[in-house]
Amino acid sequence: MYAALWRMLPGPWWVRVVILIVLAAAVVYALFFHVFPWVSGIIAPDDVTVR
Amino acid sequence: MSEPTVATPRRRRSQPSRGRLGVVGVIGEILITVGVIVLLYVVWQLWIGDAIVGAQRQAEAQEISRQWATGEEDSASAATPAPGAGSGTASPEPVVPAAVGETEVFATLHIPRFGDDWVFPVAEGISKSGVLDPIGVGHYPGTAMPGALGNVALAAHRYTHGAPFENVPSLRIGDAIVLETPDGWYTYRFRNLEYVRPDEVSVLEPVPQRPGVAADGRYLTLTTCSPMWSTAERIAAYAVFESFTPRADGAPDSLASAEGA
Repeated sequence: MYAALWRMLPGPWWVRVVILIVLAAAVVYALFFHVFPWVSGIIAPDDVTVR
Repeated sequence: MSEPTVATPRRRRSQPSRGRLGVVGVIGEILITVGVIVLLYVVWQLWIGDAIVGAQRQAEAQEISRQWATGEEDSASAATPAPGAGSGTASPEPVVPAAVGETEVFATLHIPRFGDDWVFPVAEGISKSGVLDPIGVGHYPGTAMPGALGNVALAAHRYTHGAPFENVPSLRIGDAIVLETPDGWYTYRFRNLEYVRPDEVSVLEPVPQRPGVAADGRYLTLTTCSPMWSTAERIAAYAVFESFTPRADGAPDSLASAEGA
């Protein structure tokens, strides 16, 4: 999977490394700001009111 | 993953096992990826997420306070004087804001103990989807508005969604809990914590924990969950009213350090 990704990327090895770092940063950003907040509401429910 | 199936003599022997290894390898890579994501989630949940979301909420609250300070919001006219309060405080008679609709932000909450510039928006209602998750602090409908006789009851998350009330147990006697509205600042002073069961609604009574007793003063109650990462119990933090500072007089001393930041 990652080997195939590596082969698909253009340019010399250091360009591929830069592209991979940018891709990883984008994935982490999406996880931290969009996916995890949504998941958190499902698996860590917090009841703070008395009723 | 998709090795060409050209059967050159050189490759023939290793080809079948490579195919299986390819599939197993991909599965392994997926599993490793999932594991890394789960670890990232744990790190995010424990140390990062609430800081990110909390900073967003606090920026929103600061923007609200700034708008009130510059008079962009003309809601001060909606306020009415407190009806027959008659308490003996030296401060001006508090202006009691009119009741607002569900999910409407009508105040910001400052608690200097949690940080000099700690401030969260306060909206009407305690629904998770409408108030606690997207806005911050919720005001129990039917409880007193800031400055009114009775009990101002507020709820907020202790973890997740910015975790406004994460540090409620670290409050100390006399700590300022200040509600800001377009009209001014309502300073309450923290008195004590109580750990209660989730169904103990008597903490919301006009006089907390005294069902049936008419309001004899101005109280404020914060509720959140306890212990951390559990919903088994609730914490109620009680505070009593100290003073009202009209907006014209500027931020009160209870916030002096906060406003200077």
